[in-house]
Amino acid sequence: MSQGTHPVGHRSAAPGPLVSMLRVRDLTVGFGQPGENPVVSGLSFDIAPGECLALVGESGSGKSVTARSLIGLAGDTAWLEATELAINGNDVLGLTEGEWRRRRGRDVGLVLQDALVSLDPLRPIGREIADSLRLHTTLDRAARRERVQDVLKRVGLPDGRTRVRQRSGELSGGQRQRALIAAAIALDPPLLLVDEPTTALDVTVQAQILELLESLKARGTAILLISHDLAVVGRIADRIAVMSAGRIVEQGRTARLLAAPRQEQTRRMIAAIPVDKPRGTRLTAPPAEASPVVPVVALAAMPAPGEVVLETIGLVKNFRQPDGTVMSAVDGISFQLARGTTLGLVGESGSGKTTTARLLLALSRPDAGEVRVLGRPFSAASERERRRLRPELGAIYQDALSSFDPRLTVGAVLRDAVRGARRQARPWFAGDGPERPDLQVGRTASGDRARVLELLDQVSLPSALLSRRPLSLSGGQRQRVGIARALASDPQILVCDEPVSALDVTVQAQVLDLLDELQRERGLSLLVISHDLGVIQHVSDRVAVMLAGRIVETGPTEQVFGAPVHPYTRSLLAAVPRLA
Amino acid sequence: MSELEIQAGLGRLERARTPRRQIGVAEALALAFALFLVVAAFVPSFVAPGDPLAIDPLSAFQAPNPGHWFGTDESGRDIFTRVSHGTGGSLAIGTLATALGLGLGILLGTMAGMLGRVVDFTVNRFLEVMFAFPGLLLALLVILVFGPGAQTATVAVGLATAPGYARIIRAQLISVRSSAFVEAATVLGRGPWQILWRHILPNTLAPLFVLGTLGIGQAIVWASALSYLGLGAAPPAAEWGAMLSAGRTYITSAWWMAFFPGLFIVLTAITATSLGRAIERRLRHA
Repeated sequence: MSQGTHPVGHRSAAPGPLVSMLRVRDLTVGFGQPGENPVVSGLSFDIAPGECLALVGESGSGKSVTARSLIGLAGDTAWLEATELAINGNDVLGLTEGEWRRRRGRDVGLVLQDALVSLDPLRPIGREIADSLRLHTTLDRAARRERVQDVLKRVGLPDGRTRVRQRSGELSGGQRQRALIAAAIALDPPLLLVDEPTTALDVTVQAQILELLESLKARGTAILLISHDLAVVGRIADRIAVMSAGRIVEQGRTARLLAAPRQEQTRRMIAAIPVDKPRGTRLTAPPAEASPVVPVVALAAMPAPGEVVLETIGLVKNFRQPDGTVMSAVDGISFQLARGTTLGLVGESGSGKTTTARLLLALSRPDAGEVRVLGRPFSAASERERRRLRPELGAIYQDALSSFDPRLTVGAVLRDAVRGARRQARPWFAGDGPERPDLQVGRTASGDRARVLELLDQVSLPSALLSRRPLSLSGGQRQRVGIARALASDPQILVCDEPVSALDVTVQAQVLDLLDELQRERGLSLLVISHDLGVIQHVSDRVAVMLAGRIVETGPTEQVFGAPVHPYTRSLLAAVPRLA
Repeated sequence: MSELEIQAGLGRLERARTPRRQIGVAEALALAFALFLVVAAFVPSFVAPGDPLAIDPLSAFQAPNPGHWFGTDESGRDIFTRVSHGTGGSLAIGTLATALGLGLGILLGTMAGMLGRVVDFTVNRFLEVMFAFPGLLLALLVILVFGPGAQTATVAVGLATAPGYARIIRAQLISVRSSAFVEAATVLGRGPWQILWRHILPNTLAPLFVLGTLGIGQAIVWASALSYLGLGAAPPAAEWGAMLSAGRTYITSAWWMAFFPGLFIVLTAITATSLGRAIERRLRHA
């Protein structure tokens, strides 16, 4: 391997820069016995001062392990090999823990993934930020305080005097992320490792965080940005390295890589981005032998298209706050969902989306207004009457895992759902509800099992998962089990509350495609709630934009996204990361 | 599914497996001692063939020796035999008292957690009053009313531990009741009784198994304390607390009379506690 300044053996469309802030050659990291089970193998890349390299890949591809190895935090059980590993020209290969400790924060900063758990909930953020100053500098208290305020201002958290005393619980998601970045840059490290900085943030906040990183870059900081989302990194990365199964499969300048991807994995990741992809187009490669365009047969066969299946009329929900004032989480929402169509409800966190979902599912009682399902009263009915209608209304949750009883296996979860659906289908129990003789078939255990297998098959999960607990499944698999459970009663309506926001872009694409397929096959009516405009645009026929408990704009998707009327809608759209 | 997701799943399984397979030295010792206790409780003559009440004045006050491992008492009774034969009684008191305490706790806790605000308020105030008395004092009160004896001691300890269990059960119940999977079951159209039976009770009561194991050790200590005070099993009976009390008189001349019953009380409590913790750890990783 070349030891000089020129990356000779480096096969990349964009040759590495001459001066490297970070220089990595043949980095291999694994856990357990040295040489065994490499999680990351043969990575080589450089980052110049003021440059941003994005490491992009699905979860499990080894991105975070790479970042942690570069700051000596891979863990006790990890082993690491490389022909060269240098930060700012200094060899950091084989540093002891003590030597690393002197460098962390000063030479390399790390911004961790989850801002909520990465900040100590009991310590004021000023202290968190001052930690590195106390450890690495000889500044006295007053100077440190001044420095902390200065850093906070730089990350866009002005009003430093009150901020430093706040704890992470008192900050919003975006503010927490800023505080984390502030802690990482307090010592002005020339190299910053940033792990998924915008996951779980609203688009507008996400755009602000990216701008902040951009400004750091302009000051000459070298940034290694880690993300699963190509659209996000495309905005600020100069170069992108795509990782898959622990290897860099493709590396190149951002514009080139996005415009002309050479590797299959890269193409798949680009295809998975839902932004600006018209409704009905697949985000994942179609299964083999299937025609590329899915015929829209089922939709035509649906009775009475356009009939309203789910309706809210002036829905209001108030919450009393600790200080005694009343806050309207949902403030007079009315919309209609037509059969066989998708309505997208979009808004930022705190706009009342989840409260709306809970009202729709009658998990909480509205203070005013009404929810009607299939033209019948739903929120106004008693729970006993409501249970007859519940099979028509399936629900998919953001956090699929917590929606499963932790004691039950996947098989037991689905069996419960199937049995429940069968019981509700009994005509003498159903009363005047819609009779569902189709659900009464298979009253035996073997019939239940057949139905469970059928459900699994519909969401493309292998039957081997039946004996597993949801905890041991991946995020995508969990969400599929959640969808299978919702389908058990063969509902006409699915309410999806942030169905994909906890998933990687590629897994998200699979789940969105699955929902689309199910809708076509069964004529399902979908209500999709999300903060992600890209997702909403891709799946919806009609869109309703929520702001502070109200719907500020509603209309067909093309109209809302093509010619937004409300200024808030415009600002949201402007913040959507696109592959430009 | 992509192979990456499967890998991630496997990784999680492996992580869960490592702590489950290891049995520490302490756990192994606790397991061995528990085995001994169980054998001694059910077939005491297998461990110590002699008669625990047989008097042999000629060999009174013997220090531990090859013939009498734990020595003999003032009437020449073999202490090892007595301690072994007392195991059944002590374990029975511990188990029954814990069962009683847990049973009452489940009843009160479930009432408070499920039957609405008025019941919750009433039960809570009642528990607070109970908490105002130290547990042992509560037990003394019961004995004062019903007279001393082994059965009364069991009931007394059971009653004294019930409020603590009730509190824990209520808190657990409330957190399970408001969890996402219970809401999901509601959305699926399950009735309240089905949800209670299928989801809420199992998830509330499973952790209690651990709590109960931990409680047995505590109950044995308490019951022994009552016997020591002369409020539990009466002296000639081979009960650990009573033996401890009898040995107190001769503590300066015949230390073994008090030491070995005391040792068994302590070891039993430690065994129950460490087994409880071990089970807890396994459940958490399962």
